[in-house]
Amino acid sequence: MSILECRNLYKGYGNKKVLENMNISVPSGKIIGLLGPNGCGKSTLIKMICGLLVPDAGEIRVSGIPIGAETNRLISYLPERTYLNAGMSVTELITYFQEFYTDFDPHRARQMLDDLKIDPQAKIRTLSKGTREKVQLIMVMSRNARLYLLDEPIAGVDPASRDYILQTILQNYNPEATIIITTHLIYDIERVLDEFVFLGFGGEVIMSGNADDVRAQYGKTLDELFREVFRYVQ
Amino acid sequence: MGWSFHGNLPVYLQIASKIRADIISGKYTAEEQIPPVRQLAYEAAVNPNTMQRALAQLEAEGLLIARGTVGRFVTENPEILAKARHKAADELIEAFLSGCREMGFESNEIMQMLIEKGDPSCQF
Repeated sequence: MSILECRNLYKGYGNKKVLENMNISVPSGKIIGLLGPNGCGKSTLIKMICGLLVPDAGEIRVSGIPIGAETNRLISYLPERTYLNAGMSVTELITYFQEFYTDFDPHRARQMLDDLKIDPQAKIRTLSKGTREKVQLIMVMSRNARLYLLDEPIAGVDPASRDYILQTILQNYNPEATIIITTHLIYDIERVLDEFVFLGFGGEVIMSGNADDVRAQYGKTLDELFREVFRYVQ
Repeated sequence: MGWSFHGNLPVYLQIASKIRADIISGKYTAEEQIPPVRQLAYEAAVNPNTMQRALAQLEAEGLLIARGTVGRFVTENPEILAKARHKAADELIEAFLSGCREMGFESNEIMQMLIEKGDPSCQF
């Protein structure tokens, strides 16, 4: 059973077409890397799955249900930019999430904050950009959602924290749930992926498959394959 | 992070090699239960399905035995363990020989070096 189904999707901003007749089906219980060059429509697709943007044409279903309040309950979304209220402390944020999401696990959040040595009394405003990103990811991963959409989860954090974050994703990941990750840091995440999708411009699916099989098929890592597929000729 | 892997071999085969080596070296002993998939996946920092695939590979080789929901155990069959040990040694020898031959050493030179480096008092 697929958790996500996109059919004949079109989306543009003004004259600029971003997705043109995109079709994608994502199976349940997998960690999937949605990979593609800047501007290929990764974030646009994710925002449409969350209902933040409306497709110009086509259909998106999550767990068989058209996008709406019911699907939003199933989805835990990490946007590419932070949206946290800068005046709140981390502890206030936990309370806020707990009130907002019935599937939020505050113990899990506190544990992760503790592991990453983030002061729960600190105001969001006083945290560095990387630490804010960590806090936001902790909030997102502390929900028991069916579908996690992580848009660039490790872009702004140092390599050691990146490792912790990936291990956090592995540790908190429920085998029934699905995680879709977009990133440019393919080398860092390829070992945690089940499947990968290479998106070209217009949201065209250029290549997809099992991430680990790439090494047997092409004798190279997913990162190396990406660089080859999307090489710019000088 | 986790275990380190190189680029040109699937990660699941590299994991299988590592656990096989752990069994041969005695880190996991005969009849011992190995940790559950999730824990190993977390330790190695790999996808749980990749870990699952590595363990299935070792099951197919007979080195690991799955006991329903209880978990996976190292085989108690000494023949399978001995065979795996020899296979691992064979792989090292193959790599060593092909490396030396690439550098232009002849068989008799290689044997000579091996005896000198290893145990000069060794008699055949």
